[in-house]
Amino acid sequence: MLYAILCYNHEDTVGQWTKEEDDAVMARLDAVLQPIERSGRLGPVARLLPTTAATTLRKAGGEPLVIDGPFAETKEQFLGFYLVDFDSLDEALAFSKDLAEANPGGGSYEIRPVGYMRERDKDKHAS
Amino acid sequence: MTDARAIETLISAARPQAVGALLRYFRDLDRAEEAFQEACLRALKNWPKNGAPRDPAAWLIFVGRNVGIDAVRRDKRLVALPDEPALSDLDDVETPLAERLDGADYRDDILRLLFICSDPSLPAEHQVGLALRIVSGLTVPQIARAFLVSEAAMEQRITRAKAKIAASGRQFETPDAIARSERVGAVAAMIYLVFNEGYSSRPEAGQAATVLCEEAIRLGRLLLRIFPTEPEIMGLLALMLLQNSRNAARIDAAGEIILLDDQDRSRWNAKMIGEGLALVDKAFRHRQPGSYQIQSAIAALHARAKTAAETDWTEIELLYRMLERIEPSPVVTLNRAVAVAKVQGAQAALDLIEPLGDRLSGYFNYHGLRGGLLLELERCREAREAFDRAIALARNPAEAAHIRRHLDRMQAKAH
Repeated sequence: MLYAILCYNHEDTVGQWTKEEDDAVMARLDAVLQPIERSGRLGPVARLLPTTAATTLRKAGGEPLVIDGPFAETKEQFLGFYLVDFDSLDEALAFSKDLAEANPGGGSYEIRPVGYMRERDKDKHAS
Repeated sequence: MTDARAIETLISAARPQAVGALLRYFRDLDRAEEAFQEACLRALKNWPKNGAPRDPAAWLIFVGRNVGIDAVRRDKRLVALPDEPALSDLDDVETPLAERLDGADYRDDILRLLFICSDPSLPAEHQVGLALRIVSGLTVPQIARAFLVSEAAMEQRITRAKAKIAASGRQFETPDAIARSERVGAVAAMIYLVFNEGYSSRPEAGQAATVLCEEAIRLGRLLLRIFPTEPEIMGLLALMLLQNSRNAARIDAAGEIILLDDQDRSRWNAKMIGEGLALVDKAFRHRQPGSYQIQSAIAALHARAKTAAETDWTEIELLYRMLERIEPSPVVTLNRAVAVAKVQGAQAALDLIEPLGDRLSGYFNYHGLRGGLLLELERCREAREAFDRAIALARNPAEAAHIRRHLDRMQAKAH
């Protein structure tokens, strides 16, 4: 079974870490990841940019609404995610609109840029 | 990370919200700050034993409020009987209610704090000092170091600013929509001032200056969370992130500033650039360009260029043209001239800046750019004169050294 493990915390607090503290946390996490990665079971690992960088596409009857900021409803549940490489927010929004159209009913898509991305055996910064 | 440091981080992240709420209860900046300090001391004792609460801000507000009420009681006993409303307020807190913060309170509390600090009646440097003390919670010595003034002078500045605000009684007015939007503009300007104070400070301010840049970015995020759909606030945050992303690359081993063209771009902070570019994208979707957005878009074009030679000067020139329309100033025109020189050549740029001579005669960049353009046009005698004037006006050794390199090259050519 594949598991998605989602990480939640106060972003204000995490944002208070100095570069050294942040690096130390990443190094400790890396030590946890390495054996799992060696056994070939680790998929992509992503660290998202703060919610202030997010945009949300909300399905609302006709044309979906584009709202600045993160997904803020608590009545809906997190159901799935896509990780796609686009050159601009407009492209990401266009893609999300296609998804919204193909997917019946209500719901939202939060479009959040990735700040750090780790794939098998290689680290890279997304930009 | 030690426990103590982890707690410090939680407290510092909760600070604007907690001090803002305590100010709402006590309507007195000093009392709110004292109550917050006391709540922090209790947190330092309590949290290591019992674990940090899930909502640190709510905990600090609740404890700070009780502590503050006790203090009010003590003071009142010394003076006179409390008046009726204060009494009923006290009754209200006797019931140990668990503080639930609602989103609207959170927003208004923080905004009130920010408004107070950017009160138009305060001189700019007082606004900045006050914000760093009250909202960011920097200590007076920390702020004094960043500003390269004595602690006593900074203490006095902050005390005076507080007194002025208390006397004006304006902090609890509810501004109407227009006043509110003006004041948001003032808050944005105050935050950018904090940033620039850090970014343009002399190298001897060192770490203290870096703290200012980071605080400004944090305040920018705070403001954007309150006004998530405001493109100018997105632009402001983007601008600060993109400028700060070059921080590690812009000071050499000797502590001197390295100019943009000569920086090692591999040392730019990719994460900050990523966030900055994302915000520029978000802002421009609104199609309401403003000054911060345009400046951030210019910074974004620099950030996207892998080498200095790959910079999209055509686009930068267009953006400066937009900025000139929104905020006409000779300095903006001068900046546009740099782009014009790259796109249309030195003569066109020189034609653009010659009329600015009167207003920019005391400005290093004017003479530096003019000298460079004259040199390109092989008007060497005039170039030398312009360079000499630039060196006399240089604000730091890196600027002077940059001009001297031009002069040396001229010298070498002449021989």
